[in-house]
Amino acid sequence: MPSQLYQEVPLAEKERLFQLVKSDARFDSYLYGCYECGICVAACPSARFYDFSPRKITQTLAREDVELFYEQLNDDVWNCSQCFSCLRCPRQNSPGGLITIMREVAVNNGLKTTQEALAGYTRIIYKIMTTGTQVSPDMLQEDAFPDWGPQVKEVAANLELWRRALPPETLHTTGLSWDVEERTMHELYMIWKLTGVMDMITALDEGLHDIMEEIMEDALEDSGLTID
Amino acid sequence: MGPIELPLTRRGTKPETERSFTPDPEQAPVEDLREAIWELGREGEWIVQPVPEPYYEARTKYGRMKKIPLQKTWHHKSCGQCGHIPGYSTSIFWLNRLLHYDYFDPRDQTSCTAWNYYASATSNQAAQAAVAMRNFSSAYQTGYYPLIHCGTSFGHYKEVRHELVHDHALRRQVRDILAKLGRPFVMPEELVHYSEWMYAVRDELTARRVYDVSGLTATVHPACHYYKLQSGDAIYDPEIYGGQRTAAVTAVVQALGANVADYSTWYDCCGFGFRHILVQRDFTRSFATLRKIEVMKDEANPDVVLTHDTGCVTSLDKSQFAAQAHNRNVGVPVMSESQFAAIALGAHPYRVAQLHWHSTDYKPFLSKMGIDVESAWAEFQEDLKKLESGAMEYLTWEAVL
Ligand code: SF4
Ligand code: SF4
Repeated sequence: MPSQLYQEVPLAEKERLFQLVKSDARFDSYLYGCYECGICVAACPSARFYDFSPRKITQTLAREDVELFYEQLNDDVWNCSQCFSCLRCPRQNSPGGLITIMREVAVNNGLKTTQEALAGYTRIIYKIMTTGTQVSPDMLQEDAFPDWGPQVKEVAANLELWRRALPPETLHTTGLSWDVEERTMHELYMIWKLTGVMDMITALDEGLHDIMEEIMEDALEDSGLTID
Repeated sequence: MGPIELPLTRRGTKPETERSFTPDPEQAPVEDLREAIWELGREGEWIVQPVPEPYYEARTKYGRMKKIPLQKTWHHKSCGQCGHIPGYSTSIFWLNRLLHYDYFDPRDQTSCTAWNYYASATSNQAAQAAVAMRNFSSAYQTGYYPLIHCGTSFGHYKEVRHELVHDHALRRQVRDILAKLGRPFVMPEELVHYSEWMYAVRDELTARRVYDVSGLTATVHPACHYYKLQSGDAIYDPEIYGGQRTAAVTAVVQALGANVADYSTWYDCCGFGFRHILVQRDFTRSFATLRKIEVMKDEANPDVVLTHDTGCVTSLDKSQFAAQAHNRNVGVPVMSESQFAAIALGAHPYRVAQLHWHSTDYKPFLSKMGIDVESAWAEFQEDLKKLESGAMEYLTWEAVL
């Protein structure tokens, strides 16, 4: 059944986004067709909890149904757990890999539904991109993880002391998962800049981009590393 | 829909069939990348870092042999482990020290950044490959060989390696980035996960066991990104599940003498979801408890759940609190097999295994192993007092080995 959603979006725009997905270097090795066997669905954790199906994603892309593709790009791709259980596919498809590509296109093109799906997540992007480690010990706070029970509160209350009670010398950190050298972080900033990741962040959240850009520019100025 | 009663029989890791299957590497459905890696090295595309000798040779899914370095390992740490379950990596280091193996714990290392990539897609192929190659380059320059702690880093790096071998435009692009950073372009001969190292040294570990673990039952959660991504490069052993599932974790736990019990949802993921664990945890909690922990409890009633990835420990452990409030059949401690092995070999449950970072009650498990939990906690409290008073700045390796 053709998708009735997103009728206000011109077909040409849906087609353009579809072509971006299809032209990704990985696309051809992630999609070989589809038997409609449903083996991927049986293995898929997200299919158990959401109205979501890796088979439908594969089918849509194989049929080049751009209307349904656009609907899935907005309403489905963020449900995937990226566990890659769907690599059980007897046709050698990677539905999860196709979803990774679709997500990249969604971020690059600043889709509103993507911004909504990643709202609340941006502090994590900030952490990983500016430090090289994700979800540092000091992010384990009761207000962020209330469902994890009183133990989280205990960790937060004793954090500095408990980190010093770790024998590995690299783990005495609270704002980082381990002690990362400054030079290492600067090289990471170079990687983000040289590969267009900073532009992706602009499309997602301009404010976040500006904050990170300032940090990276200042750091790189003194580092001796140059883009050109 | 109510639960369906399935005719399950309790079993361990022995297959129900007597038939044996011997994989033939010549018939493997996926290519062996290693020859291509050496070939690209000979063509000057990159430097290949060889696995240091002596190494252990382990069988992988399709019967190919994989070299596992024993010493001179460069520990590619994991952000989730080091941040929230630091006993995981501390135990790996402790075991290396116990075996008198030379290793290196680097500061010139970033995470693989794949947790973020699989959560938000705010990155791309080139950036992910450059992050990987920067870390490999750093390892090469120290003379130590990468040993990857995280299942996701291991799986993601295998994907990156596959892409770099096949896509010369990507390879050139990433090589140019590394040149801009002033770094050599290096691909390790093999990508090795720490649980493969544990597998390689399992007999040495068993020889040093301090506690009898034969009364303990474990269930194993094999990490998706360890064996589902680039599946040909995970360890399989005909003695374990008839070679039909990865032997990582299970072989070590069995060698140590514990009973590994099977459960029907072994192939299911842990529910981590990358994005979900951080901002949509209703999914993670439900999946981790309903599809994993409860099934394990119902079918095997284990004393402990063992796995070999950061995300899996976190989801399976932390999700139990809320489920307990709903009177679900949960309540089993979760840790890595490195923590389990370290404890069995006499490591302190708090100073080394750092179990106070875990949520679900682990005390009955420790007691069953024969450990005096209260005394161990009191000893750790003494350490904390010394740290607080300034009598001790940090807990050191000398104090724990
Ligand atoms: S990667 Fe996504 S689509 Fe594939 S099984 Fe996992 S959740 Fe389902
Ligand atoms: S497992 Fe593969 S062939 Fe079968 S429905 Fe899923 S994508 Fe199609």
